[in-house]
Amino acid sequence: MKGERGSALDQARGRMVIVSAVFVLAYIIVAARVVDISIIQGGFKGRDVAGYADESRDEGALLRRADITDRNGVLLARSLRTASLYVDPSMVRNAEEVAKSLVRLFPDLNYGSTLKKIQAKSRFEWLKRNLTPDEQQKVLYLGEPGLAFKDEDRRIYPQGGLTSHLVGYSSVDGNGIAGVESSFDGFLKGNNPSLALTIDVRFQHALRRELNAAMHEYKAKGAAGIVMDVRNGEILALVSLPDFDPHHAVDAKDVQKFNKATLGTYELGSVFKVFSVAAFIDSQKNPLRKAFDAREPLKRKSARPIRDYHAQERILSLPEVFIHSSNIGTALMAETMGTKTLQDYYTHFGLIGKSPLEIPEVATSRFNTPWHDVDTLSASFGHAVAVTPLQLITGVSSIINGGEKIEPTLILNDNTHQKAAKSVSERIVSPQTAHRMRQLMRLNVTDGSGKKANVPGLMVGGKTGTADKPGPGGYDHDKRLSSFVAAFPMDDPRYAVFVMLDEPTGTKNTNNFATAGWVAAPVAGEVIATIANLEGLAPRIVGQDFESTLRHLVKSEEQVREERNAQSH
Amino acid sequence: MTLLSRTDKSLLGRWWWTVDRGMLALLLSIIAFGVVLVASASPPVAERIGTGEYHFIIRHLILLLPALVIMFGLSLCDTKMVWRVALCVLAGGLLAMLMVLAFGTEVKGATRWLPVFGFSLQPSEFVKPAFIVVAAWLIARQKEVPSFAGQKWAFGLYGVVLTLLLLQPDLGMSVVVSGCFLGIIFLAGLRLRLVTALLALAIGGLALAYFCFPHVQSRIDRFIDPSSGDTFQVEKSLDAFKNGGLFGTGAGQGTVKLDIPDAHADFIFSVAGEELGLLFVLVMVLLYAAVIVRGFNRVMDSDNVFAVLATGGLLIMFGGQTLIHMGSSLAMLPTKGMTLPFISYGGSSLLSMGMAMGFVLSLTRRQARSGIARGSLSLKPVRASA
Repeated sequence: MKGERGSALDQARGRMVIVSAVFVLAYIIVAARVVDISIIQGGFKGRDVAGYADESRDEGALLRRADITDRNGVLLARSLRTASLYVDPSMVRNAEEVAKSLVRLFPDLNYGSTLKKIQAKSRFEWLKRNLTPDEQQKVLYLGEPGLAFKDEDRRIYPQGGLTSHLVGYSSVDGNGIAGVESSFDGFLKGNNPSLALTIDVRFQHALRRELNAAMHEYKAKGAAGIVMDVRNGEILALVSLPDFDPHHAVDAKDVQKFNKATLGTYELGSVFKVFSVAAFIDSQKNPLRKAFDAREPLKRKSARPIRDYHAQERILSLPEVFIHSSNIGTALMAETMGTKTLQDYYTHFGLIGKSPLEIPEVATSRFNTPWHDVDTLSASFGHAVAVTPLQLITGVSSIINGGEKIEPTLILNDNTHQKAAKSVSERIVSPQTAHRMRQLMRLNVTDGSGKKANVPGLMVGGKTGTADKPGPGGYDHDKRLSSFVAAFPMDDPRYAVFVMLDEPTGTKNTNNFATAGWVAAPVAGEVIATIANLEGLAPRIVGQDFESTLRHLVKSEEQVREERNAQSH
Repeated sequence: MTLLSRTDKSLLGRWWWTVDRGMLALLLSIIAFGVVLVASASPPVAERIGTGEYHFIIRHLILLLPALVIMFGLSLCDTKMVWRVALCVLAGGLLAMLMVLAFGTEVKGATRWLPVFGFSLQPSEFVKPAFIVVAAWLIARQKEVPSFAGQKWAFGLYGVVLTLLLLQPDLGMSVVVSGCFLGIIFLAGLRLRLVTALLALAIGGLALAYFCFPHVQSRIDRFIDPSSGDTFQVEKSLDAFKNGGLFGTGAGQGTVKLDIPDAHADFIFSVAGEELGLLFVLVMVLLYAAVIVRGFNRVMDSDNVFAVLATGGLLIMFGGQTLIHMGSSLAMLPTKGMTLPFISYGGSSLLSMGMAMGFVLSLTRRQARSGIARGSLSLKPVRASA
C-alpha cells in the first residue's frame, strides 16, 4: 500500500517536472513574443511617445525659413509660426461628432473627407494647416483629446501677387516650388537671416500698375515689363501679367503662373533694330554715311518681299532707318554685315542661349536651325529669332551702358561690385557705338515713333516694336505684340525699361492703332516718370540737344514733301 | 516577523510558518497590478455602457475583499477540509449551472450568468477549481484504496461538467477544464498511451466544435487567415503593444481601451502592454511563471497524492488560463475571451481564483514531517525512500 503510493508520488513528481518545464517554455515564448511585438515590430521608442501634451517640444529647434526682402529691406516673404491641426484617429471615439463640430468651425472642410481622416487607421492625419490663434482657440474648446496641433511655418507674402513671379512660392511643407523660393531653397532653409533681392517694390508697383492699366485699356491678353539698372544688370522690377496670389498658388491657372518676362520667348520685332543697327555701326567704317534704298520692297530669293510698315519709299540715312523703323533698311545692313557677323553680335548681346538669372523659370531663345541667309535679314528686324524680354533688355542695357556686357541678376549682395568689375572685361560694342545708339534712341523719342514715351527733362530714349504674332501658316496680322524698350537719361543711362503688351487692340484714343508707339510707349513713359519721382531725379534743361549731331541726317516731312514735288516736276 | 513566534502553536501561528509565503507575495503582487490596470482600463468601458466612470473599479475592489478572504480562509484549512469544501462547491456549482440553463441571463450569445445580490455570478467559474480538486481526490483515493472506483467516478464527473459547459455554450472553459483533467490524469501516472489517446480525443473534440459552433469557426478562420474577416480586436491589441514600446505610455494614457469592448477583462494584457510597457509586462509574465514553478516545486515535497494531483491541476488551470489570455492578445492563439487571473475585471473569475489559490496555498502548506527534511527549492524530483 505504502509502496504503491510512493511509486505513484514518484511518477507524479517526474511528470510535474515535465509539466513545469512545458509551462516555463510557454512563458518564455510569450515573453519573447511581447519583446518582438513591443520593440522589434513596434520600433524602439523612448518615453517621448507618451505625452500628447508636449507634442511641440522638439519643434523649438526647427529653423524658420529665411525672409525675402527687396533691396530696401521691404518684406516680400516671411514665415510665421502657426498651429496646424491634426487628428490622432486612435484617440477619437465619436468620429462623426468630431467631424461635425470641425465642419461647423471650418466651413471649407468637407464633412466626408474629414470623417474619413478621423476614422483612418493611422495615428496622424492632417486636418487643417496654419490656423489663426482664434481658430486654434475654438478647436481647443472642443475638448477633443484626439485633436492636436503641430507648430508649422506658414509662408506669408505681404506684397501679395506683386512679386509672385520673382519670389515664387513654396509648398505647405515649406519647400520652395518656384522663383527664388525654389532656387534658393537651400539658403532659405539654412540658418540665414534674410535674402535681399535687387527688386525695388516701389518700381515694381509702378510697373505693375501701368502695365495693368494698359492691359485693361487695350484689352490685351497679357503684359510683361522689366526695369533694369543698366550699369550692373540688377533687375529693379519685373512683372508678368496676369499674375497670381502666391498664398493660393495651387489654385492659379497656368497662364497666371507663366512668367512672360523670363520664360516666354517672343519674336519681338522692331525693338531688335537696336541690336542690328548697333552691330552695323560697330562693324562698319563711317556707318553714318551709308544710305539705304527703301523705295521698293526688298525682294530676295525664297522669301516674301520685305516691306516697311511706315513706308517712306525713298533713300534713307541710318538715323532715318532707325526712327522710321525701316525693315528694308536694317535688312540691307544685315546683308552688308553678313550672317556670321550678325550672329556673332547677337551672341555677344546675350540673345542666343539663356540668360543667367537666379530663378528656375528662364527660357532659352529660339531661332531657325539651320540659319539661312534670309533668316539673317529677318533677324535684323526681330523676326526668326524669339527671345525672352529679359534677354532683350539685358542686351539693350549692355549696349547703352557704354558697351560693356552685363548679366541680369535678382540677388542683391556685396558681390555685385565684383560682378560689375568682372563684366568690364567683356566689351561688346565700342564706346563710340554706344554713344551713337544712345543718340539714336533719344532721336527716336524726339522725332520718331517713340514720342509718347517722352518725359520732359528726363532724356528718355527708346525703340518701338510691333510684331505680328506667328500663327498657323505665317504671321497673323490681327494678333500682335507691341513692345517698347526705353532708357534714361540717355546722356548717361541709368535705367532701362521694357514693356510689352500681348495682343492689344486699339481704342478711340489711339485712333484704333495698337502699334507700340501708341500703346506701349506711353506705358514706358509713365513708368519712367514715376521712377524719376521716386528717385528724386529732377528734370534738366540741357542747352544743346544730346541727339542734335544726328539731326542733320534726318529729313523733316517738309523737306521730303519738297523733294517729292521737285522730282515730279 | 516578530508578530508570530516560531513556537506559536495557534491556528494563525502555524499557518504563518507553514504557508508558502513566497507564493502569497507573488499573488498579492499580481493583484496589485490588477487594481492598477482595471482602474485604468475600465472607465472608458464603463462610459460606453453608460454606468458611472468608477463602476468597474469599485466592483473590482469590492470583490477583491471576499476573494482575499476566501483565499486566506481556505489556506487555513487542512487537506481533508479542502476536498470537503470543494465537494460542496462542486455540488452547489453544478446545481447552479443547471439553474443557469433554466433561467440564466443570456449575454453576448451565451447563457453563463446567474444574478445573485446584484452581481452576476458565473457558476462554471466555481465549478472549475472545485471539479479539479474533487477529481484529484477521486483519483488519489483509488491509489490508496484500489477497490474504490475513483477514476471512473472522475471520468463520469468530467462528462457531466463538460456537457453542462457545452450546453451554455462555453468552449473556452471546456478547453480549460479538459486541459486540467488531462493534466491530473497525466500526473496520476496513467499510461502514456492512454494520455495520448485522450489528447487525440480532445483535438477531435475541438475539430468538432469548429464545425458545430459558427463563432468558433469564424474565430479560428480569422486567426489562421487574418484577411478572412474582421480582426479588429487583435490588431488593436498588437497596436497597443507597439505603441507601448519599452516604457509604455504611462498608466491611463493608453488608447487600446477606447476601442476594444472588453479591454478591462479579455484584453487587459494589451492595456498593460500599452500603458506599462514591455518592462512591466515582462515582470508580469515572470510573476505568473513564478507562481507555477513555485507551486510545483513546493508540492514536490508533499507525500500526499491528493495534494500533488489537486495542486497540479489547479496550477495547470491557473497557468493555462494565463497563457490563453496572453496568447490571444498577442495573436498567438485564436481570440478567446479568457480572463487574466487576479488582474482582469470579473467577479466570478476573481472569487474562483481566490478559491483555487486558497486550495493551492492550503495544499502546499509544509507538512510537519517533510518540511524540515526537504526545504530545498530544487526542481529535481525528490525520490521518496523506497
